Amino acid sequence: MPGLKDVKNKIQGVKKTSQITKAMNMVASAKLRGAQDKMERFRPYSQKFAAAMSNLSGGMDAGNLPLMEVRSVQAVEIVVVTSDRGLCGSFNSNIISTAEKLMRKYEAEGKKVSIVCIGKKAHQYFRKTGKVRVSFTDIMGTFQMFNAREISMDIAENFMVGESDEVRLVYGKFHSIAVQRPEVEELLPIKPLESEEGTTAEITGAYTYEPEPAEIMEVLLPLYMNVQVYHAMLEVGASEHAARMTAMDNATNACKDMIHDLTQLYNKARQAAITSDLMDIVGGAEALKG
Amino acid sequence: MAQIHLEVVTPTGPVISDDVDIVTAPGYGGEFGVLANHAPFLSTIKTGTLSFKKDKQNKFLMVSGGFSEVSNNKITFLVESAEFGHDIDVDRAMLAKERAEKRLAQAMQQSEKINRTRAEAALQRAMARLRTAEQARR
Repeated sequence: MPGLKDVKNKIQGVKKTSQITKAMNMVASAKLRGAQDKMERFRPYSQKFAAAMSNLSGGMDAGNLPLMEVRSVQAVEIVVVTSDRGLCGSFNSNIISTAEKLMRKYEAEGKKVSIVCIGKKAHQYFRKTGKVRVSFTDIMGTFQMFNAREISMDIAENFMVGESDEVRLVYGKFHSIAVQRPEVEELLPIKPLESEEGTTAEITGAYTYEPEPAEIMEVLLPLYMNVQVYHAMLEVGASEHAARMTAMDNATNACKDMIHDLTQLYNKARQAAITSDLMDIVGGAEALKG
Repeated sequence: MAQIHLEVVTPTGPVISDDVDIVTAPGYGGEFGVLANHAPFLSTIKTGTLSFKKDKQNKFLMVSGGFSEVSNNKITFLVESAEFGHDIDVDRAMLAKERAEKRLAQAMQQSEKINRTRAEAALQRAMARLRTAEQARR
């Protein structure tokens, strides 16, 4: 049986840990609200953007736009978006393993794979493979549109000089507070969006374009990439905090269980000590009487 | 006077949604003005100053990179950033301009194409900010 003092110390320690995990849970839930707000504010922009894109790309020949160019695929670039910090359960490792599976698949097909990391966790994992082309870390907490723009410009440049023929985006999609799943999206070449039948077609005819639709597309496509990258970063931002909330909640509960068990152990040990003390006293008294 | 509905939307949220008399914006081929009941129209937007008039008052917005769409007596701007002239921090814009100029000079020397386009865009944004702030103060 462990000594009373040891058990007491252990209980104190676990209590402190549970205080920390509880605080982290609350911080994460506050930050989650901020991240969800950010997503909410972005929604009108992205929706209108997608609508305009499908309006435009309806009857267009995609062949001569550099970002829509479909080539035979020899090199694939995988853009992995994770959080900068850990302690959020299996959130990052799920994204990373999805990305890794994708990488294996492409390599098995004999394609060259390069990796772009957004977020420190992806960088830490993939730098060992030596396939990382560029990493953007320590921005997930505070990123703005211009961060996304810088990243997507870099990716587009690499695509246009022919270093990559296809770009895939892997990130953690925020389904709900309890569910975040890794998602794979096609980033480049940009596919023409399917326009809804009927309504959009008739509007398209009546528009005056300045400049020509093809030239407008040339301006819009890089912006569209920004939208996609920014969107992925937003999703990861929200998912990270949601995942951390769940992880910290679990940790706090585990702490509670441990404290319960340890307290029982402590009480038993204390009772045993009292019993043996009493035995001593009674034994001593009996001896004196004798 | 007939009015047109103006909406400016950025990735960080809508900036304005209001009925106004006239909108002037920096389009692809230069400045263009839009009045009520304009024909459907779509144009890309360059970095510059968007202005609109409501209740005989002119307001100015600095906008960068995007496009605008006119339909059903409504004009929508989808831009990467938009700032009201009176909200612009002039000192900061000045600093940004100087920084961009320096970067541009550097990039010219090394003849790096990417850095050059980036520096040029940054310079344009800083200049547009300053000009917009100037107009708003008048």
